[in-house]
Parts: sequence; structure tokens; C-alpha cells
Amino acid sequence: MVIYPHPDDESFGAAGTITKFREEGVPVTYLCGTLGEMGRNMGSPTFANRETLPEIRKEELINACEALDIELQMLGYRDKTLEFEDRQMVANHLKGLLEDINPSLVITHYPEHAVHPDHNALGAAAIEAVRLMDEDKRPVVWVQAITNNYDEELGKPDVRNDVTAYFDQKMKAIVAHKSQADGILGKFRENSEITADIEEAAKQRLGTEQFYIWNY
Amino acid sequence: MNPIEIESVQQQLESFIDKDVYVHLETTNGAYASHFDEKAYNVGAYIRNAQVKFSQAKIVGNGKSYRVGLKMEFGWIYAEGLTDWTIHEEKQLLLAGHDREGRLMVSLELSEVPFRY
Ligand SMILES: [Zn+2]
Repeated sequence: MVIYPHPDDESFGAAGTITKFREEGVPVTYLCGTLGEMGRNMGSPTFANRETLPEIRKEELINACEALDIELQMLGYRDKTLEFEDRQMVANHLKGLLEDINPSLVITHYPEHAVHPDHNALGAAAIEAVRLMDEDKRPVVWVQAITNNYDEELGKPDVRNDVTAYFDQKMKAIVAHKSQADGILGKFRENSEITADIEEAAKQRLGTEQFYIWNY
Repeated sequence: MNPIEIESVQQQLESFIDKDVYVHLETTNGAYASHFDEKAYNVGAYIRNAQVKFSQAKIVGNGKSYRVGLKMEFGWIYAEGLTDWTIHEEKQLLLAGHDREGRLMVSLELSEVPFRY
């Protein structure tokens, strides 16, 4: 089970890992917290606006999950507000879904090391949800850090997935998020030292997916 | 959205005068500003579906970037850097300012019914 707040977090963050599991026949469900209603990227050139963005991103999310061949559940929270929701309420909400779906593994963000406040808040709620479960029923929890210096602060990640073998599937999932992908991939290009083509920059940045194993 | 046409937007703004209207007002440089550039600051604010009433409305600008001021009984609503506009679902006025990559930087929207989502 993958628990992230935004449509596209699953594709940028874990699409390679997800594809690997799917090829092994492991069912995957994505619990997507919000519709990214407050996103800044409106497509490049722009084709979305503040009011059409939620429906567009919902459609993109459905397409990306189809490309990844995974189940999708939208949790219905609002972008940028997750940290202000009652943590325990969100955790109980997630716990109910965990008990229904009964996953062996949960992937979420590493609280306080995931840059966006929604990432930090939903990651913390997911970890709390698993903590609330009976100890013998708890899934393994992989948490993803995305700050620039997380390895300095947290040490080497426990799980390091080289996903270059699944890079085509990952890019297919990413570009399904059309309103977001152009702008974000452009940002990689802008930030990469070499002004190499976008594919190479993306490969460098997106070719590995790393996780820490949460210790209860 | 389309580049702002000042006369059309002025007309639209005036159609909301002296009515109870819902406003969405927002400015943002994104949640990742200081992630991509450690010297940058993350700054943003939004208010959504606040109900207001204004008696004057005016758009001013130089042909590229515009400001809008709405005069209320006890204060003002102000937005700067607006570049584009559209009418959403026939009656919601959407104004926004985008950077050269097309990312939203500021947004001012008016509607007689609450905005969805
Ligand atoms: Zn995100």
C-alpha cells in the first residue's frame, strides 16, 4: 500500500518500486490524500486553472494508476491542509483502510524529512495508523525522505531500489500527470549541472528509489 | 485562461458590485521554493470562499500585468501581478498571474456561489 498526499507523488517517488512489485504479482493500492487542488503547475503551456485543476489532476491520477496497474482510493482531503487536520482522526481513517486491505508493506513519506507539509503530515498519520494496529498484524513500513540532505541527517537508507530497469514504465506514469510533469521535469533540467537532455537529467534524479524502514 | 482584456474584466468586476460574493484570493511561490534554492523563502497565503461585498471595483495595468482593487465597507481586497482571465462555468470570474513557466503566482476569483473543492 502506498500512502502519499498528492497525485504524482506515487509516480515521481515510487513508480519503479511499484512496477517491480506488480511484475512479481503483488497487488498494490494507492491511497492518495488530496487532489493537489492548490498546485502551481497549470501545464506548460498552461491548460488548467485553479478551478479546473482538481478534476484534471483526478483524471491524470486515474490514468497514472492505470498505467501502473494499481488500485486507487482517493481520501478526499484538501491540498495544503493535511497538517491542520486532527492527526488522530486521519490516523484512524487510515487504520480502517489498512484493516480492510491488509497490506504486508506500507510506503509513505518520512515525517519532517519530506519537504512538503502535506508529505510530513500524512507520513506521520500513516505511521501512527500502523502503530495503532495489533503488533502481530502490522505491515512493514517504508518511509521516503526527500530533503536535500536527508542522508546526512538520517544515515543511509535501508532500502535502495535501482529502478532504471523500470524507467520507461515510471516515465509513462509521470507523464500521465500532464499538468505537473512538464513543469517539474523542466525544474530538473534547470537544476542539473550539465544541460543534457531532459531524459538524462530525469534518469539521474529518478533512477533510484530509497526508503527507510520505520522502527516501532 | 487568456491574456487579460481590461474592458471585459472591468465589466465583469462591476457585475459583482453590491452583491454577496465568494472570493478566492491566493498568492504562492510553491512549497518547494527553498528546496530548489536554499536562499529562497517559502511564502504563500490563501483565503477561499470568504463572503464579501464591495461597492467599487477597478482593474488597472500596463497591458501586461494588472492590479485589481475591490472597495468594501470596512476595507479593501487587492491583488497584483494578474496576467490572465477566464469565466469559469459561465459565472465565476477567474483572474491569475503566471510566471514564464506558466506556474500560478497569484489568483483572485469571484463567484456568487461557493467555489467547489
Ligand atoms: Zn507531493
